[in-house]
Amino acid sequence: MTRPFSSLSQLQSQLKDRSISATELTQLYLDRIEQLNPILNCYITVDEEHALERARAADQQLARGSGGPLTGLPISQKDIFCIKDTTTTAGSKMLANFRPPYSATCSTKLEQAGAITLGKTNMDEFAMGSSNETSFFGPVKNPWDLLRIPGGSSGGSAAAVAAGLCAASTGTDTGGSIRQPAAMCGLTGLKPTYGRISRWGMIAFASSLDQAGPMTRTAQDAALLLEHMAGYDPRDATSLDEPIPKYSQELSQPLSGLKIGVCRQFFSEGLDNAVETVIREAFKIFEQLGATLVDIELPNTPLSVSAYYVIAPAECSANLSRYDGVRFGHRCSDPKDLQDLYQRSRGEGFGNEVKKRILVGTFALSAGYYDAFYRRAQQVRRLIKNDFVEAFDHVDLIIGPTAPTPAFKIGEKVDNPVDMYLQDIFTISANLAGLPAMSIPAGQVEGLPVGLQLIGNYLQEGTLLRAGHQFQQATDWHQLTPDIEL
Amino acid sequence: MTIPAGWQVDIGLEIHAQLKTTSKIFSGASTQFGQLPNSQASVIDLGMPGVLPAVNGVVFEKAVRFGLGVGGRINRESRFDRKNYFYPDLPKGYQITQMDQPIVVGGSVTIDLPDGSTKLIALTRAHLEEDAGKSIHDRKPNYTGIDLNRAGTPLLEIVSEPQLKSPEEAVSYARVIHQLLTYLEICDGNMAEGSLRFDANVSVRRINDEALGVRSEIKNLNSFRFLDQAINFEISRQVETLNAGETLSQDTRLFDPDQLETRPMRSKETATDYRYFPEPDLLPVVLSERYIDEIKKEMPELPQVRTQRYHSAFALPLADAQLLAQDRRLADFFDETVAKTQTPKTTANWIKGDLLARLNEASLTIAESPVTSEQLAELITMVDQDTISGKIAKDVFGALWEGRTTSASAYVHEHQLEQVSDQSALEPLIASLLKEHPKQADDLKAGKDKLMGFFVGKVMQATQGKANPKQVNDLIRGKIDQR
Repeated sequence: MTRPFSSLSQLQSQLKDRSISATELTQLYLDRIEQLNPILNCYITVDEEHALERARAADQQLARGSGGPLTGLPISQKDIFCIKDTTTTAGSKMLANFRPPYSATCSTKLEQAGAITLGKTNMDEFAMGSSNETSFFGPVKNPWDLLRIPGGSSGGSAAAVAAGLCAASTGTDTGGSIRQPAAMCGLTGLKPTYGRISRWGMIAFASSLDQAGPMTRTAQDAALLLEHMAGYDPRDATSLDEPIPKYSQELSQPLSGLKIGVCRQFFSEGLDNAVETVIREAFKIFEQLGATLVDIELPNTPLSVSAYYVIAPAECSANLSRYDGVRFGHRCSDPKDLQDLYQRSRGEGFGNEVKKRILVGTFALSAGYYDAFYRRAQQVRRLIKNDFVEAFDHVDLIIGPTAPTPAFKIGEKVDNPVDMYLQDIFTISANLAGLPAMSIPAGQVEGLPVGLQLIGNYLQEGTLLRAGHQFQQATDWHQLTPDIEL
Repeated sequence: MTIPAGWQVDIGLEIHAQLKTTSKIFSGASTQFGQLPNSQASVIDLGMPGVLPAVNGVVFEKAVRFGLGVGGRINRESRFDRKNYFYPDLPKGYQITQMDQPIVVGGSVTIDLPDGSTKLIALTRAHLEEDAGKSIHDRKPNYTGIDLNRAGTPLLEIVSEPQLKSPEEAVSYARVIHQLLTYLEICDGNMAEGSLRFDANVSVRRINDEALGVRSEIKNLNSFRFLDQAINFEISRQVETLNAGETLSQDTRLFDPDQLETRPMRSKETATDYRYFPEPDLLPVVLSERYIDEIKKEMPELPQVRTQRYHSAFALPLADAQLLAQDRRLADFFDETVAKTQTPKTTANWIKGDLLARLNEASLTIAESPVTSEQLAELITMVDQDTISGKIAKDVFGALWEGRTTSASAYVHEHQLEQVSDQSALEPLIASLLKEHPKQADDLKAGKDKLMGFFVGKVMQATQGKANPKQVNDLIRGKIDQR
């Protein structure tokens, strides 16, 4: 494995035994960013000076044998996480020049553990998209095929890790935004239990669904990052006050006795035949590892996309009201009155996908429609959750495909929103239920990565990571790298 | 006002009370009034991207106290909702409030009517919410200034049923709520700083009409006087409109205190559909029985109950009872003093007389009184036990007030102000006085009773006012009778 594609754990030991310095490693990634980012467009902001400064400090600590668990590891962060005094855009013109005076809790935690932030990664505008094509800063290219999308909304993070422009990254997942791009770029992406990681400082899309998580090369790396992102935060009332397990230390426990549910509803129409074949092959690996596969039903899962596209827009319609041109963000020039200030600032600052969702959400909450849409969607959400609760009485994990197809071509679905929204058909239900879910590379179709999704019970991230890790011990899909060397 | 003949009026009030907390409802920023614009607006109050609200737990305690005070139902589980509308002084574009599940439901308060009777007014609900900032339109031409210091100040919105039948009833109700809020230390009640603001829903209907008339909501009235004036104007306006054969439409109005009239707000400032939905950033508020019981235990006696106790158990005149019970600190002072003196009437007289007069003169509140309840109680007890005379007591009170002493007994002792009740000391003095003034003594014996005052005065002069007047009287009478 060439160095830029090394896992965090490999880099950790190389830094420790001083076979490479943090400064060299950081410079290596910065050089690659300089060469490849113009092609991939996966970074919006790169802070070279800050990264090198932190790398030098890391080297001093490493030389002394001190430092935190992530000291010297260069990562990127999705541009949805506020980092103090660093431009934080959420992929929008609205925030193109926004520098927050505060940092997201999970970004602070990662830096406190020693990680070096190289820069902020591209994303669908306000995380609304499944292809990274809604970004104000232009689409991101998939390193496996530059004509294709990397998935979204955390497409920049996925492409950056896949192309070796950082060692790992962070993402956020509202309906699949970590797992789907991880699948399409051949990575491990974990969306933890809702509330496992603080949402403070993470720019909100849909508050009841948003959850941050790691995007890495391996399950082992995801375990390491999660340990330093998770935890209760008094500034986020919905964060969970639960102990943080030592995920990394539980990875090797054998899978024998583990019961894995295979849900019929995840093999619905729309699932690409070749993808299905890859997924069914992967099931055999789990059986070889000692797990038992059982058929289960999640009867209400087919309703998840419909419920999601009411609840998420409803919440976003309120969450995005603060972008009004008054206190921060884009303001139109020479407003003639208040109405004009609002209309033009928002009209100019938001892209079409964001506007569409604000309109849908506003409609769904309107008097006379609330019961038929928002209330109904919440009822469906409860049914979906109940299905899972019942299923987890019988199984430890549920597995299936992450996305119905491998990465599609840039522009292919931009005029077909329903088709685009169906990209998240297998991932959304975990967000609606608040469950942890992970995508791992499980094979390829015509040279493009295919992701396998594992859904766990509440706070059972450890089980997900363990299953993912052992699968990766038995396979090498996660070690494949795109042919993007210069 | 007299309601126009043939008409009746229905008024409901929404009262916004700022809660007396040091920090805001969802952020740690200070709620102190009158600071530099935007100096007390945190990133949360500014509605910056990615920030989240965290509830200040003190607000629940205050809301529960109010609920218990009005005998309402405390919802064991209440919830916050978002109320969506755009306005520059509303940073997030939504207000966090409670819509479907308010913390307090129902309850009632008793108001006094002008004819001396009382009336029970039912409350609909009371819920927690955040205040908005302020838009300042008159500082700079063509610009509106935004001050977000007030944004996020905790509010309790108290909604009454439309059971108020006149402006007087509305004001009386508002005063009762004001008193209760300050009594329970929920709100500082400072009207000038906007701590209490009223929205009045006013409608009129003909005497025999069953259904309520079309209502107007007059927003943001910040004094009892404006409340009264605005409702008066509104009643006249509505009756005149209907008498002219025109119809009313439901609207939202502002009161202009200069013109003494209400005017409809521009439609831009009044959204019709607030698109309420549950606030996903906050968990439901769950209150345990134990939590509520703890607050119940700490509840003070309410002003109306206290007035009754002073009136019936202490036999104070109703006006005195009301005066002492109206302010919680004053009533506490009175109760503490009485507990030591055991003489409610005398104590009441001292407090409403000397003490309140001095406090008013110095513009001090009872909490700032230089004379403590212990000091006053000791002084009153010394009078009751004939240790000092009432006249001397006034001087001692003055000494306590001015800080010349911290204890009545020490002062009296030091200045030898004790009443002379010692017969052996008084008898020779009286005997010599009678000898010095034989003519007056004879006249007194002959029935010229007003000469008694002459001798008492002489004794008082000789003892510097320290003699016990009643005893002196008896001793002189005895000597005269023996003549």
